[in-house]
Amino acid sequence: MSIATVFEIVLAAVVLGLGVWTIVVPETFSATVGFVAYGLLVALVWVRLDAVDVALTEAAIGGGLGGVLLLGAAARLRDADLMAEKTPGTLRASAAALSVLMAAALAGAVLVLPDPAPTLAPAAVAKAGATSLSNPVTNVLMAFRAMDTMLEKIVLLLAVVGVWSLASDFAWGGRPGPRHEADPRGVLVFLARLLPPIGIVVGIHVLWAGADQPGGAFQGGAILASMWLLAIMTGLADTPSVSLRWIRLILVAGPGLFLVVGLVGLLFDDAFLSYPPALAKPLILGIEVTMTLTIAATLGLLLAGAPERSAQP
Amino acid sequence: MSTVTVFGLCAAAVASLGLYGLITDPRPLRKIIAFNLLGSGVFLLFGVVGRRGAAAGIGNDPVPQALVITGIVVAFSATALAIALLLRLFQTTAFLEPSIRAAPGDDPDRAAS
Repeated sequence: MSIATVFEIVLAAVVLGLGVWTIVVPETFSATVGFVAYGLLVALVWVRLDAVDVALTEAAIGGGLGGVLLLGAAARLRDADLMAEKTPGTLRASAAALSVLMAAALAGAVLVLPDPAPTLAPAAVAKAGATSLSNPVTNVLMAFRAMDTMLEKIVLLLAVVGVWSLASDFAWGGRPGPRHEADPRGVLVFLARLLPPIGIVVGIHVLWAGADQPGGAFQGGAILASMWLLAIMTGLADTPSVSLRWIRLILVAGPGLFLVVGLVGLLFDDAFLSYPPALAKPLILGIEVTMTLTIAATLGLLLAGAPERSAQP
Repeated sequence: MSTVTVFGLCAAAVASLGLYGLITDPRPLRKIIAFNLLGSGVFLLFGVVGRRGAAAGIGNDPVPQALVITGIVVAFSATALAIALLLRLFQTTAFLEPSIRAAPGDDPDRAAS
């Protein structure tokens, strides 16, 4: 057995152990911490699977923004642990049996996958010239399966609308979340002043590098969003009131531009979302830049939650 | 054992762990976390299948990779919406029904059933 295989087995065991911890530990807060650690290690699994684009996304979401979301909720719901009723033993036993059955079925499916494996990688590489981008994943996301990506942005927008509509009458159209405050001489505030300039450059680099290397609009947007959240959490910036026109404009700009480009493709070319080859790269870059802004704003506002304070001070 | 087998079995186990937690844990936030674990296992299975489809100098089939990236984003936005719903639910019920805050273990009728 090679060293790489031993490393992979240990990594899989630790990931599995964290998964078990997340499910069985009695305190919700500990489960949340377990899940964040799990997300970061799963990003390593994705690197081992040679899917670095997915690893970046998983690290940004599973370990980063998702962790902030779950930890915040766990901290606010601490009392809710007391309300839990005990699950009857029969239900536990039948759920365990069902889970074991599912694990066995999935494991069986993994072991008898067809050989040679079906793949679309050669097709994606052969058509890469059509867009002059050399990262195959960005090509699939932005050109070959652009419809999925556009619908995903619409899902993000709908999620924000859903979250905002949970505001109470008093806070309707107001500012999301509580106003955060931190010790102005503390480490957190120091980091919130130091990190954003670097983080913003890294976010833009990840977006730009996405054309030819792992990276892209979503990963870049997630980094920008985390910088914004850092400033919000230390009280250096406040969440914007959700009735502001510019914030709504940013939220619809990404899917809106995507839709317009798609419709123009329908008018002047032969299909929805077909880019004329000469303009493919500038069009994709334009959509990606707009989408990065939209994604950063959307992720930040999703994490900030429903409006809780009235728009008027 | 190859990379595909090790992580494939790991993904199968993680997905079923998530299913178990989703069914047995009555607390809503734990259900959300368990559902995310279930989803993460399914995404990993995609990655394993894509890894087997490595060809033309790419280590992992780009189409499942793109699908998983889209899936992670959609799962995240659904989680954010679920948590916002949960916080709002807790905010409204915590004030309206103080009786449900009593620990159910103290109730002899319930403990017997």
